[in-house]
Amino acid sequence: MFFTYIYRELRRRHRQALLTALGLAVGVGLVVAVTAYAGGVSKAQDTVLHSLYGVGTDITVTQTAKLSQGGPQSFQMNPGSQSKQGKAFSRASVRSAPGQQSLAATKVTQIASLNGVKQAVGGLTLTSMNVSGKFAQATSSGAAPGSQSSGSSSSSSGSSSSGSSQSTPTASQAPIDVSSFSISGVDVAQTGLGPLSSTQLTTGRIFTSTETATKVAVLSQSYAKQNQYAVGSKIKISGKKYTVIGLVTSSAGSTSTSDVYIPLQLAQTISDNADKVNEIYVKATSASDIAKVKSEIKTALPKATVTTAADLASQVSGSLKSASQLASTLGKWLAVAALVAAFAVACLLTVSAVSRRVREFGTLKALGWRSRRVVGQVMGESVVQGVVGGILGVIIGIAGELAIAHFSPVLKATVGQSSTAGPGGAPPGAGGFGQAAQTVAVHLTAPVSLQLVALAVGLALAGGLLAGAFGGWRASRLRPADALRRVD
Amino acid sequence: MLYELTGVTKRYSRGRKTVDALAGIDLTIGEGDFVAIQGSTGSGKTTLLQMLGAMDRPSTGEALYDGRDLAKMGEGDLSELRSHSYGFIFQAFNLIPTLTAQENVETALVPWHVGGDERRRRAREALDGVGLGERARHIPSEMSGGEQQRVAIARALVREPRVILADEPTGNLDERTRDDIIGLLEELWRERGQTLIVVTHDTWVASRASRRIWLDAGKLAPEGDARPGEEPQVGDGSAETDEAVDQLMPEQPALV
Repeated sequence: MFFTYIYRELRRRHRQALLTALGLAVGVGLVVAVTAYAGGVSKAQDTVLHSLYGVGTDITVTQTAKLSQGGPQSFQMNPGSQSKQGKAFSRASVRSAPGQQSLAATKVTQIASLNGVKQAVGGLTLTSMNVSGKFAQATSSGAAPGSQSSGSSSSSSGSSSSGSSQSTPTASQAPIDVSSFSISGVDVAQTGLGPLSSTQLTTGRIFTSTETATKVAVLSQSYAKQNQYAVGSKIKISGKKYTVIGLVTSSAGSTSTSDVYIPLQLAQTISDNADKVNEIYVKATSASDIAKVKSEIKTALPKATVTTAADLASQVSGSLKSASQLASTLGKWLAVAALVAAFAVACLLTVSAVSRRVREFGTLKALGWRSRRVVGQVMGESVVQGVVGGILGVIIGIAGELAIAHFSPVLKATVGQSSTAGPGGAPPGAGGFGQAAQTVAVHLTAPVSLQLVALAVGLALAGGLLAGAFGGWRASRLRPADALRRVD
Repeated sequence: MLYELTGVTKRYSRGRKTVDALAGIDLTIGEGDFVAIQGSTGSGKTTLLQMLGAMDRPSTGEALYDGRDLAKMGEGDLSELRSHSYGFIFQAFNLIPTLTAQENVETALVPWHVGGDERRRRAREALDGVGLGERARHIPSEMSGGEQQRVAIARALVREPRVILADEPTGNLDERTRDDIIGLLEELWRERGQTLIVVTHDTWVASRASRRIWLDAGKLAPEGDARPGEEPQVGDGSAETDEAVDQLMPEQPALV
């Protein structure tokens, strides 16, 4: 009798019932689509982080330097004695990327021992700057070139600008070559996490765990090609020769690789950063621990900058950021509004349907049906509409997901600020200094998981139950005497 | 006495307006009585039926049914009485429009929690008892008024209640069907010895009863007197007699 009655009643008002179910479906479908879309955007953001910091990195720890540090780079261009005039020179300087302060290597072990941390690895990102050329000849004007800051290029005409404080060289200054490349110090015992983890080996090999102080280097393929290095060649780093053992490319289309990778210990030595690192890569034991680990690290290192994928997301600009903002603000509110509207419509229609069955329910009560039995009937009708709405909502949500997958828009993300000039001025042609802007392109998907389907059906059921509760309350207030009402 | 009502009143209030639907009723009804309750609109006869049918409680007074005071019973106990001891018949039939004739009769058995097969069997039997066995699978909209009321009677009787309460059972029917229905009720009443309480404005229907009660403005009029405004009848008031008389006698001025 229970199911027969439900079925017959829904069939009688099938148009209304379908409208209610459809309303719930649209509200629920929108929630599913927006949630799937937001999930896709979040996945894209993870891809961005992983391509920048390597798959498996959940948190990075750095410390920004105060401005007073990292003063102007001076290369001691003053030839000093006359004897050196006209001679060729070459100077190399290896420093941490400007804006990054080094952290003690002990911090890495400290972080590794925190609760929720699976692994922590330190890295050192450096820039090597090379200046080479010929010392200037003294000129008749007597204006010998004093210490020149990097960034000055040459002019070889006879124009002199006496009295000017610019560092325009005087006549007969030979051209000066300035080149730079980025160096990453890699913990050879843990290459799975850290700078190398965002790269793919193309030729040769990467470090073995015993090569802590061996002068071997892994180069980025593009840098090697540019400068005609191959596996087996020698590359001069800070005056010493290193053997190239392998070439790598960046994975996931990012531009975040360094030019040269060497063992961490050597990187520390050449940059006067003994037992120091300037980046710590942290892997959490599980995604749910990330927030907790972040706060623990901040407690241990109050001055450090601790960045998770979520934080990175807020620095991201470009179409990925717009997409994520769209999902989180407009999309979320739209979905919530649609769901509330759907619930309201379902409640109203259910209550009005009950109001039109006053005599019917009054009669049943007069026949001895308990109130809860009548309420159960109303709830049953409502739940059925909820289930139908849920199924339709899932279909709508999946259709939305297929549409997104079909069009699969490519979103771009640019992370970090463009390189800010250090106090000494940036030499022309210098590419990324550590924190330079990096752009990643990702495809947007909107995955619909089983949990999402369960959420959809659950929401629709909730809507049905809510409407049923309202209708049931109305039905419970009917009296048997209503069966005897003369006026309909 | 099956029913003993003493000083029963029913007051309805809406805001500051109050209406005394029943203004002090003293009434007894014996088991097996066939009682007709008459009165004009607003006299309180429907309200009295509600009291007797445990559909509502009196505001004041005592209403004993089988020794139990209906005025003091909780909703659960009243519901129990309605499902086990009473059968109702309504003026507008009050069948569930989406259910078949048999299913409508079955609704009366839902509170009994009998198994589906048992329920169907009893419902079928009750329908047969009112001569509508072959209409079991029809829904109300496919049946005439008389057939629907028969289904309603089957529904009221399927539980073999002690009391049958009918609110204007023939109010929506034509005269011939009215006669059939009342005839059926009478027959069943005689067969089973149930107490039959009928609210009606139809004097012919009332005349079939063994007792007639008049209500006026919530009070009982003394029984047995001639009622003002009642027309003297030629014959017994049934349709058949009316037609026969019309054929035999041309229109004549009413006799005093």
